Amino acid sequence: MMNYFPDEVLEHVFDSIASHKDRNSVSLVCKSWYRIERYSRRRVFIGNCYSISPERLIARFPGLKSLTLKGKPHFADFNLVPYDWGGFVYPWIKALAESGIGLEELRLKRMVVSDESLELLSKSFANFKSLVLVSCEGFSADGLAAVAANCRFLRELDLQENEVDDHRGHWLSCFPESCTSLVSLNFACLKGEVNLGALERLVSRSPNLKSLRLNRLVPLDTLQKLLMRAPQLVDLGIGSYVHDPSSEASNKLKHAIQRCKSIVSLSGFLEVAPRCMSAIYPICGNLTTLNLSYAPGLHGNKLTKLIQHCRKLQRLWILDRIGDKGLGVVASTCKELQELRVFPSDPFGAGNDAVTEEGLVLVSAGCPKLNSLLYFCQQMTNAALITVARNCPNFIRFRLCILDPVKPDPVTNQPLDEGFGAIVQSCKRLKRLSLSGLLTDQVFLYIGMYAEQLEMLSIAFAADSDKGMLYVLNGCKKLRKLEIRDCPFGNSALLEDVGKYETMRSLWMSSCEVTLGGCKTVAEKMPSLNVEIINESDQTEFNLDEGQKVDKMYLYRTLVGHRKDAPESVWIL
Amino acid sequence: MERSVAYENDLNFKATELRLGLPGTTDEEPAVSSVRNSKRPLQEDIEDEKCVANGNSESQNEPTAPPSKAQIVGWPPVQSYRKNNSQAKKIEFEFVSGIYVKVSMDGAPYLRKIDLKVYKGYTELLQALENMFKFTIGEYYERQGYKGSDYAPTYQDKDGDWMLVGDVPWKMFTTSCKRLRIMKGSEARGLGCCGA
Repeated sequence: MMNYFPDEVLEHVFDSIASHKDRNSVSLVCKSWYRIERYSRRRVFIGNCYSISPERLIARFPGLKSLTLKGKPHFADFNLVPYDWGGFVYPWIKALAESGIGLEELRLKRMVVSDESLELLSKSFANFKSLVLVSCEGFSADGLAAVAANCRFLRELDLQENEVDDHRGHWLSCFPESCTSLVSLNFACLKGEVNLGALERLVSRSPNLKSLRLNRLVPLDTLQKLLMRAPQLVDLGIGSYVHDPSSEASNKLKHAIQRCKSIVSLSGFLEVAPRCMSAIYPICGNLTTLNLSYAPGLHGNKLTKLIQHCRKLQRLWILDRIGDKGLGVVASTCKELQELRVFPSDPFGAGNDAVTEEGLVLVSAGCPKLNSLLYFCQQMTNAALITVARNCPNFIRFRLCILDPVKPDPVTNQPLDEGFGAIVQSCKRLKRLSLSGLLTDQVFLYIGMYAEQLEMLSIAFAADSDKGMLYVLNGCKKLRKLEIRDCPFGNSALLEDVGKYETMRSLWMSSCEVTLGGCKTVAEKMPSLNVEIINESDQTEFNLDEGQKVDKMYLYRTLVGHRKDAPESVWIL
Repeated sequence: MERSVAYENDLNFKATELRLGLPGTTDEEPAVSSVRNSKRPLQEDIEDEKCVANGNSESQNEPTAPPSKAQIVGWPPVQSYRKNNSQAKKIEFEFVSGIYVKVSMDGAPYLRKIDLKVYKGYTELLQALENMFKFTIGEYYERQGYKGSDYAPTYQDKDGDWMLVGDVPWKMFTTSCKRLRIMKGSEARGLGCCGA
């Protein structure tokens, strides 16, 4: 029946299928669909850069325009992975450059990006348009200078939370006068000065600029000039926001801000004088996204007053200095809220300003559309979680981090099994879950039973026995990523169903009870997995005793076998 | 009474020892200093040392105290970029009181006033002065002072002496500066040439 449609028609149909999952499914239908799909595929997402090689990617998708790659495992964010573990983008860029593929967009997360790679990138793809680097490292302002200078049609340079070595700020001046295509420029994570004149000129000649995020060292009068030149901005990240509200500079700024009627997303305030926030009020009514999580200077009344102006907010990232009362203000003001992230302002502090279960309950009651949560708090109770589950059955992402990792319900002194159980039972669409607090095997029984859509689970300091892990592996059919630290899960949980790991992207286990022998068994039985043992102690040789407990194990499915770029501290079984 | 606690007979270091790991485990590793896999060990060292000091007071009541959160590597799970870039500043950027100083410019008909607290460093201050009085200051050199223009920014300190702007660390400057004067012409050049 498929033969009735000429290829072009199928291609046209496939063009309207954007999601990676759907396109992958399409390619599995039959040989001719596979063929048509692969030639028409423009965007590819690779969640683990070691699961496939650049050569195979290029061979299958010769029409590739946009590539997304992720490198290090998630726990690398918390310093649990050696800095030289891997995730180098250079081989990918080199292979793509040599293949003649017309790459236009590259999005990287947790990868090592050298200046050399950026330079090669900038010189190899004539139509390159978009570079997005999230939580990457390994490059300096020199690499950025190459991108600025050579990518003639650059639309997007978006640097999010990267550790960049940038002492010299000349990279911004490397954008040629002919570059007028910028739509998005985000350099908030850079620590060095930039040439302010060059920045002003660049913004002036970029009529399509919609997103601009500045770093801490862009002074106020430059901000004001930039806003005057780019009133069409939709997304603004303010670096430094310190001024005297009664000064002329402040008035000029207020006027400039008011002209920006399209701003719906605001972030930054890396340095802030709270008294000055009133200049922002005129645009608050339009905001759908507000990220104040890097602004510890903003708290108390000034903060809540700001939030009271933001009635259309859908996404709010904030520090826990907002307090439970502040969250109450959020609850009564932001009725459209979908995503809330509350970060700890002082992770090791006594917790003077902090949030508890009360704030969360208030938000759940006031914001029925809430579907995504990241919440660092001092404590949590089962009763609160049960209430939250009832108020917000739409959670897709629910990540709760109680700062004391094994803290029970402070009211009843019970583990938090029932509370999290209520969450998974009520939130039928839950895809991502992070647990904390005192937890026994029971919570995992609930997760296995109810969390049918769960794709990613993060566990720390929980459970009593292997049963916990087994409940999850047996129950969560859609599980893709499982990351576990400091739990009493051993070989019998690990080895119960090794075939399961081929259906997942990856498994991380650190400070658990699995031994070298157990890991070796997995590697032997499943050649389609890379089983990596990470050992950072000073031993020059790995202790070969099979009974030795493994400090960190990271296993992932792959089509291309052992990687060749692992450092000394990583042993691939 | 049957239930005599062990520590009555011996010091029972084991029960009160601070360890990494849940109660009941016999992990021998030292609490904090073991894993150094961060690219920025210095920051972690400072924080960890601070926390070990705090941590000592936490496990008081229960002999099987859970690990103090301060001692655990990678906990709480906050991205290291975020940890490195949003320290809860103890020095708050509140405008409780500004540091207002008069600024005079040789040849200008009236003085101005600026708030030193608004600026983060010399670059910003000098840029602001340049904008205010419509002139250029030139480049700062440690030995010769400001080269490349007819002007030199100076300030009067607590002792009443006139000093060249830029010699001392910024914070020291803001606390000792009483007024500013932008010197012009021969007087300005003279300031740079004199030996220490």
